[in-house]
Amino acid sequence: MFDSLTERLGGVFENLKRRGALSESDVDAALREVRVALLEADVALPVVKSFIDGVRDRAVGAEVLRSVSPAQMVVKIVHDHLIEVLGPETADVEFHAAAPAAVLIVGLQGSGKTTTAAKIGSWLTGRRKKKVLMASLDTRRPAAQEQLRVLGEQAGVATLPIVPGQMPEDIARRAMSAGRLRGCDVVLLDTAGRLHVDEALMAEIAAIRHATDPAEVLLVADSLTGQDAVGVAERFKERVGMTGIVLTRADGDARGGAALSMRAATGCPIKLLGTGESIDALEVFHPDRIASRILGMGDVVGLVERATETVEREEAARLEEKVRKGAFDLDDLAGQLRQIRRMGGMDGIMGMLPGVGKVKRQLADARVDEGLLRRQEAIIQSMTPRERRNARLLNASRKRRVAKGSGTTVQDVNRLLKQFKQMSSMMKKVNKMGNRGLMRHGLPGLPMR
Amino acid sequence: MIERDGEQSGWFSRLKRGLGKSAGALSEGITGILTKRRLDSDSLEALEELLIASDLGVSLAARMTAELGRSRLDGEITSEEVRRILAREIARILQPVAIPFEADASRKPYVALVVGVNGTGKTTTVGKLAHGFRRRGCATIIAAGDTFRAAAIEQIQIWGERSGAEVIAREPGADAAGLTHDAFRRARSRSADVLLIDTAGRLHNRSDLMAELEKIVRVLGKLDNSAPHSVLLVLDATTGQNALRQVEVFRKICGVTGLVMTKLDGTAKGGVLVACAEKFGLPVHAIGVGEGIEDLQPFDAERFAEALVGLG
Ligand SMILES: Nc1nc2c(ncn2[C@@H]2O[C@H](COP(=O)(O)OP(=O)(O)OP(=O)(O)O)[C@@H](O)[C@H]2O)c(=O)[nH]1
Ligand SMILES: Nc1nc2c(ncn2[C@@H]2O[C@H](COP(=O)(O)OP(=O)(O)OP(=O)(O)O)[C@@H](O)[C@H]2O)c(=O)[nH]1
Ligand SMILES: [Mg+2]
Ligand SMILES: [Mg+2]
Repeated sequence: MFDSLTERLGGVFENLKRRGALSESDVDAALREVRVALLEADVALPVVKSFIDGVRDRAVGAEVLRSVSPAQMVVKIVHDHLIEVLGPETADVEFHAAAPAAVLIVGLQGSGKTTTAAKIGSWLTGRRKKKVLMASLDTRRPAAQEQLRVLGEQAGVATLPIVPGQMPEDIARRAMSAGRLRGCDVVLLDTAGRLHVDEALMAEIAAIRHATDPAEVLLVADSLTGQDAVGVAERFKERVGMTGIVLTRADGDARGGAALSMRAATGCPIKLLGTGESIDALEVFHPDRIASRILGMGDVVGLVERATETVEREEAARLEEKVRKGAFDLDDLAGQLRQIRRMGGMDGIMGMLPGVGKVKRQLADARVDEGLLRRQEAIIQSMTPRERRNARLLNASRKRRVAKGSGTTVQDVNRLLKQFKQMSSMMKKVNKMGNRGLMRHGLPGLPMR
Repeated sequence: MIERDGEQSGWFSRLKRGLGKSAGALSEGITGILTKRRLDSDSLEALEELLIASDLGVSLAARMTAELGRSRLDGEITSEEVRRILAREIARILQPVAIPFEADASRKPYVALVVGVNGTGKTTTVGKLAHGFRRRGCATIIAAGDTFRAAAIEQIQIWGERSGAEVIAREPGADAAGLTHDAFRRARSRSADVLLIDTAGRLHNRSDLMAELEKIVRVLGKLDNSAPHSVLLVLDATTGQNALRQVEVFRKICGVTGLVMTKLDGTAKGGVLVACAEKFGLPVHAIGVGEGIEDLQPFDAERFAEALVGLG
């Protein structure tokens, strides 16, 4: 349902073939599309507005690079600005307070606090070699304390024994003194989910904050969140003063505008991403990835840059000539396989091509692996130059030789040859469509498992 | 952004007093925009933005605003009126899908499967529904179908105690489809009226987990070829446009028959439900308005629409 931003902008710029600098009216037309793209990605409206203003300042008068189209140029400017606003990669959780440092975890109901507490606990214990104690202050949700206890057991992180009936603030104090007694570096405090407009519960969390003086207060928010993101983040900041944001369910397929909304509205860094339900599904925040995702596009300019880096011009021209003549041979295929590997494998390429979101999803299951690319290269290398120019020479005994030489099986060789045949015939078709067709329909016949 | 004169402030403050906490910001916005009493293109744009801010989605917001503009652009119009018109239009879309959740008494047990992405409120909703059925005197059984998440079984067991419904559970990690099988057998042998099946949260883009749901549906179909009689998708009101994808995929894979939207007691308006109604036409059965056992209400199209435009 979401068109890629580059495609949208392509429309805007259709009759504007590559003139020098971007004019104000070009930029305004483009920014209308950018606005829609951001809103469709669930970026909150006030943030969209200020963001667009920022882009306008940068884009008007910018020179369009020779190698890219005006649409791609605008996308790059938007993308760069987005990365800037999203802020730096800051994975670190702070502990400069005297041990034990409290880390308070807050957020709306069901956002993923308890799971995230366990993930952070496990990460601190394993990677950072910290001694960690976790405590649930959630006396409201059924079995919430039990949930953290079970997760602690799974993750090998100690949890504070549950005392039924104890109030959240008292649990927090007990956790801190237990942490001190046990010589812990960090005490993770998981709290009950609460609405940012629930006065009583916001007062409760403010009191807990006051009582524990945490080194970090992390707001755990769902990356599927829509327009509500700004209000929630602002209110939590006001009342509890978080030091960082953790976005969960980044493994979903939402465009994740909430990241931009929350970051821009509060200035709080996004520290970590939750990328699954398992204990180790916790990742450092990469602004560039999130930016591409929000824009619903691949890194177009990155594609252009990397493509020119890896493809030598003459080579490209030679290949084009061969394809045109229908003389594409196994040597050329080997060259292509090498290029694909250099460009970061199929995932890398597919991620960069605009408008291939759908193809990419289809490919998700039939994932292409680098090992396969290497094996196929090896097969071709084990052929004689004559065989490479004329695949028909490869009879059964030659195939056996090639398989042996490349450490593969005859089946592998056959599979490669079959793909090569398909690829040649598709290339002839693509040839008729012209270059645009090649981009639109994805790279034809790339080897797949 | 626009000055408010003395005459306006009277009804403005009256209005404000009457507003619920979730409608405050939006209604203030619309009120602010329209004190001018003339619907020009500026105020139309601001209206569009207010609809966007309630998660209606860009295209639907644009369309509704354009329609409003066509019909009333030259006339004088009060703030109240404009909100009424919008609310009426939204309610018109929602009316056909506002269908209460009822168990067909001829099915014994009536089987309802509750599905959705992680943390939306499935388990809580199962607890609330069980309470509702129990109060109407229906013998209700809950299947603790989330065998995956830590302490999910304990959580649903507490809801069972609260509602007085029997909970059928297996050990953590057990096969959910197998458990469903057990629970159905049990419900039938006790001639229970209703069987509510809680399931583990799952993202719709996880095809392996979606296949597991498919299996549960298949197992039920083998036990009673009309089961499950309903498949409820629980949506979280704070979710933005991704809710459309959720409905699309869950419907395709496990035949969702109706929606429940939770957490409408917050500030999120759940406007994406309007887009869902337009696109899929699935019944919206109920809304969650709190964490308590009573906090489930039938979906009321008019009230929802009014809250959306700030007419509390
Ligand atoms: N897919 C996915 N699921 C997640 C992620 N983080 C948490 N979850 C799931 O989200 C659901 C809710 O997580 P919890 O940790 O219980 O959320 P919570 O914020 O503690 O909930 P309350 O305490 O009820 O407010 C569970 O099903 C988790 O497994 C994530 O990064 N990805
Ligand atoms: N404010 C509010 N909170 C709700 C509502 N419904 C559920 N919750 C809360 O949301 C959190 C998650 O609810 P659950 O019922 O555990 O959600 P779930 O979908 O079963 O979660 P998983 O099984 O982990 O996927 C809990 O803290 C609930 O108390 C509601 O209508 N309003
Ligand atoms: Mg929790
Ligand atoms: Mg649950």
